[in-house]
Order: sequence, then structure tokens, then C-alpha cells
Amino acid sequence: MTAAVITPSRRGSGFWRAFARNKGAVLGLAFLLLIVLMAIFADVLFPTSPWDMTAAPFEPPFSEDALLGSDTLGRDIAAGIAHGARVSLLIGLTSTAVAVLIGVCLGAVSGFYGGWVDDAVMRFTELFQTIPNFVLAVVLVAIFTPSLTSIVLAIAIVSWPPLARLARGEFMSLRSREFVQAAVTTGQSNLTIIWRQILPNSLSPIIVSASLMVATAILLESSLSFLGLGDPNLMSWGYMVGAARTVIRQAWWMSFFPGIAILLTVLALNLVGEGLNDALNPKLARKGRA
Amino acid sequence: MPRIAVFISQRLVKAVFVVLAIAVFNFFLVHAAPGDPAAVMAGEAGAADAKFVEQLRQQFGLDRPLYEQLGTYMGKVVQADLGYSYRQQRPVFDLLMDRLPVTLSLTLTSFVLALIGGVALGTLAAMRAGTWSDTAITVVGLTAYATPIFWIGLMLILLFSVNLGWLPAFGTESIGAGYTGWAALMDRVEHLVLPVVTLGLFYMAVYTRLTRASILEVRDMDFVKTARAKGLPEWRIVSVHILRNAILPVITVAGFQAGHLIGGSILIETVFALPGIGRLAFEAVLQRDYQVLLGIFLLTSVVVVIFNLLTDLIYSLVDPRIEVAP
Repeated sequence: MTAAVITPSRRGSGFWRAFARNKGAVLGLAFLLLIVLMAIFADVLFPTSPWDMTAAPFEPPFSEDALLGSDTLGRDIAAGIAHGARVSLLIGLTSTAVAVLIGVCLGAVSGFYGGWVDDAVMRFTELFQTIPNFVLAVVLVAIFTPSLTSIVLAIAIVSWPPLARLARGEFMSLRSREFVQAAVTTGQSNLTIIWRQILPNSLSPIIVSASLMVATAILLESSLSFLGLGDPNLMSWGYMVGAARTVIRQAWWMSFFPGIAILLTVLALNLVGEGLNDALNPKLARKGRA
Repeated sequence: MPRIAVFISQRLVKAVFVVLAIAVFNFFLVHAAPGDPAAVMAGEAGAADAKFVEQLRQQFGLDRPLYEQLGTYMGKVVQADLGYSYRQQRPVFDLLMDRLPVTLSLTLTSFVLALIGGVALGTLAAMRAGTWSDTAITVVGLTAYATPIFWIGLMLILLFSVNLGWLPAFGTESIGAGYTGWAALMDRVEHLVLPVVTLGLFYMAVYTRLTRASILEVRDMDFVKTARAKGLPEWRIVSVHILRNAILPVITVAGFQAGHLIGGSILIETVFALPGIGRLAFEAVLQRDYQVLLGIFLLTSVVVVIFNLLTDLIYSLVDPRIEVAP
């Protein structure tokens, strides 16, 4: 009983040491925490709605009533960035969660059962990999009208295939191992074997890919809202850049700062993903660095 | 070469199936759209009384069973009939064909630029792994990989056309300048520089990373040591021995990403006001012109399938060991 408690905690400290060895990853994590705090306390930092006019239009940055300037309708850019962090993180996380659910389920079934099931699932996956993913996302959101749900689902639908391939590979290689054979001999059901035996052992590459996928999802969301396909009730970074696109000659700050917010968040997520990779797949990381 | 012929014909058959599957998917997307298509069409045509809607429903066979409609739709797709855009008062296929050249020239140039630049930078970084040039390339690559391309486009416009005034920011040619011959060509090239660089930068970062990782795996293998022991010049070892083996995963991923590149052109053409498929998609989104949007979806899928075929072909030329795999 005690051993079972001690082992994970010791594994935990080793994980942190491996993660902290990657300086970029630590920096990324710190910045990510900042963004999360900004998202959580957006209402405290900027109590008025980011859609409300709080300054004169076209105020340059560092002016009195708008730190990062105001947009064409006098809305505070800084407030928009703080509130937009919520949308980006929310959509990034939930759409990744849905994509992981679809991808891992399909990949697990395909890799575990093999044969014609594998063939069918892989054909389906290949089809989705062939379809230009951003075009599909645009079509889906446009047809089902832009809303939080339709955006999350569209991003998930275009991002699951790599995860399905990854999960399939893991399941295929693990299912012939001794511990799975032992589970089969003891009469465990297929579902139990998939869920309790193989899945926990294939989790680390899935976690790494998922963390990188959050970054891609945020980029996709910002691209969609840049095109005017964001949820019309939510302020988002992509929408801010898109709305300021036509006045770039007069007012650079309106598109500059939201873009920087996207860039830094995505960069931080990528760095954290690489750190996770170093910590969770030490063999692979060493090979990559050579 | 019969082996290559078998390989290509297998891929062709597969490609046809993929296109058909996408067309079926497309059909169901039309039907999944909220709202009655006849009512939507009536609205687009500018009249919506019940009699007209009923007439439209009959005219377009919307009162027939679903499988029959699917059959009709597939028959039309095979004949390159993608419907009619009431907004633009033109058949969707004609609209797409008008816009295709701009998009193809944009994406293909960006792709070639990204591939050449990415492989060159990745090779440089890997052969000097651990030095400052490797670090610089890696950091720039990471940043480019994290930047939304529409924002890069806007910032490049800000720098190179608003502040420095070196390059034009919008369109495909100077309107009313009346250039002819060489000057007209240079004018067009100038207009393509910023869009191509913007679209290419992101993918250059991707290919740089891949090439670097791939070369690091290959460069210490025995055959490279042998080549070195034979006293071959370094450039020959890198280009013939290392790169030829290291480039295969890069080609695979590059082929896969053809679709992403076309998706990116929606954003680039919107930013730079280029009259291509992507710009058409943006306009169709604004006007909720589903017929055009779905036509674009089908056409871009077909382009990607063709592109994947080409990748397979290049792959088999670069690596003659490739068996005729299914």
C-alpha cells in the first residue's frame, strides 16, 4: 500500500527534474501560467465589457485611458486581449479534448483489433487527412453558424487523425506484449484490457501530442475568427486582428498586440510540449538531440 | 518501366475513390446545413413565396428520396457541374476555374520556396549542431511555427509596403499602370513576393525542423563514415550521401501538408486581396454562399489528391528502393 503511494511521487520528482532541464519549457510554462491568470482575472483587471467603448477611437498605445491603444470603435485593446485569452484557452483545450477522445478511441480500436477493422478505420483516417483541414473547418463553421460549440467541434473534427495514427501504433506494439497476453489469459474483457492495461501504458506520447495540439487549435481558432467565423458574442484575438486589418496603415497597434498575444501563447505551449516530450519520452528526446 | 506504371495506376484508383468519398461527404454536408435548401435558394434568388419554394423543390429534385438525390448529385459532380451561385449569377465551376490560377501560382511557389529554404536551413543547422547558427535557426523556426500566418502577412505589409514602400501590398498587378511585356511581368512578380513569403515562412519552419532531425539521425551512420574515409569532399557527402537518405521523411510530410497549404491560402488571399480560390471562400463565407463554399471544398480536395499523387511519384524517383506498396 505504502509502496504504491511512494512510487508515483518519486516518479513525479524525476519528471520535474527532466522537465526543468529544458530551460525553454520552464519559461513557456511560466508564461502560460501568466496567460491563465490573465484569463481567470480578466473581469477584475478590466471590469467593463471588452465590447464597450471606453476611450476615443484610434487612441495610440500608452495613452491615458487605453494602455495598448483603442480600436476603431474606441474599445480598449488591452481589455480585448485579456478577455480574448479566455476564448483562446477554452477553445484550445476543449477542442483538443474532443479530438483526443475521437482519435484515441478510433486508434485504440484499430490497433487492438487489427484486420478489417484496422483497414476500415485507417481508410477513414486517411480520407480525413487528405481533406484540406482548414477548408473543412471553414465550411463546417460557416454551415453550422459560428458558435462556441460549432467552432470546438470543427477544430476537433479536423485535428483528430494524427492522434488516431499515434494511438493505433502504440496499441499495435503493446498488444503483443506479455502483460497484455497475461491479461487475456486471466480472462479480462477486451474493454478492460484496452482501458486498464494498454491505455495507461500508451499515455505519454498521447499527452505530448495533445499538448502540441492545443497550440495548433489556438492557431486554428484565431484563423477562423480572423475570417469572421468566431463566436459573435465572444471577444477573441483573431477577431481583433481581422477587424483591424483594413486600418493597418493608420493604426498598427490594433492588429499588432493581439497577434503578439497569439504568438506568445502558441510559442509557450509548443515549448511546454517539447519539455513534456523530454520528460515523458526520454529515449526519444535523446535521439532527437543526438 | 512497368513497376512504376503499376504503382501509379494503383494510386490513381485510390485517388478516384478518395474523391468520390469526399463528394459523398460534401452531399451530406449540404443536407446537414440548418434550414430548407429550397427556402435558402429562394431567398438567394430574391423571392420566397410558398409556390416558388415548392417549384424550386421540384426543379432541384429536393422532394425525391435522399439516395436518389445522392445519385443525381454524384452524376453532376462527375460532369464537373457543382451547382449554381445565385449570389454571383454564375455556375460554381466557372467561378472556381477563374480563380484557380492565382491560388495555384501562390501555393506552388510558396511550397517550392518553403521546401528549398527549409531543407537548406535544416541541413545547415544539423551539420553545425550545437553552434550559434544552429541555435539561431532553431529559435527563428520555433517562432515562425508559432505565428499565425495572417498576422505575419499584416506585419510584412506594415514593414515593407507602409513603412519602407518597397513592395506593393494588395492585388496581383498595379491597376491602370498600363505595363506591357517585361515590366508587366516584373509588376506581377513584385505583387506575389509578400504573399508567397508569408505563406512559405510557416512551412519553411516545419521543413527546417524535420530536415534537421532527420539529418541528425543519418549523419553518423556507417555509410557516411565510409564516404568520409574514402576522402570524398564534404559537399558531396552532404548532398549525395546524407541528404538523399534524410530527405524522405521530409517529402512524406510535405506531401501530407499540401492540404494545409491550400487552407493557408484562404488567409493569405484575404490579407493580400488576391483574386484566388481563398478570397472566393472568404467572400462565400461573408455571403453564406454554401454552393460556392462546398464547391471550393471539393475542388481543393481534388487538388490535394493530385498533389499527393505527385508526391508519391517524386518519392519513388528519389528512393528507388520503394516497393510497389498498396
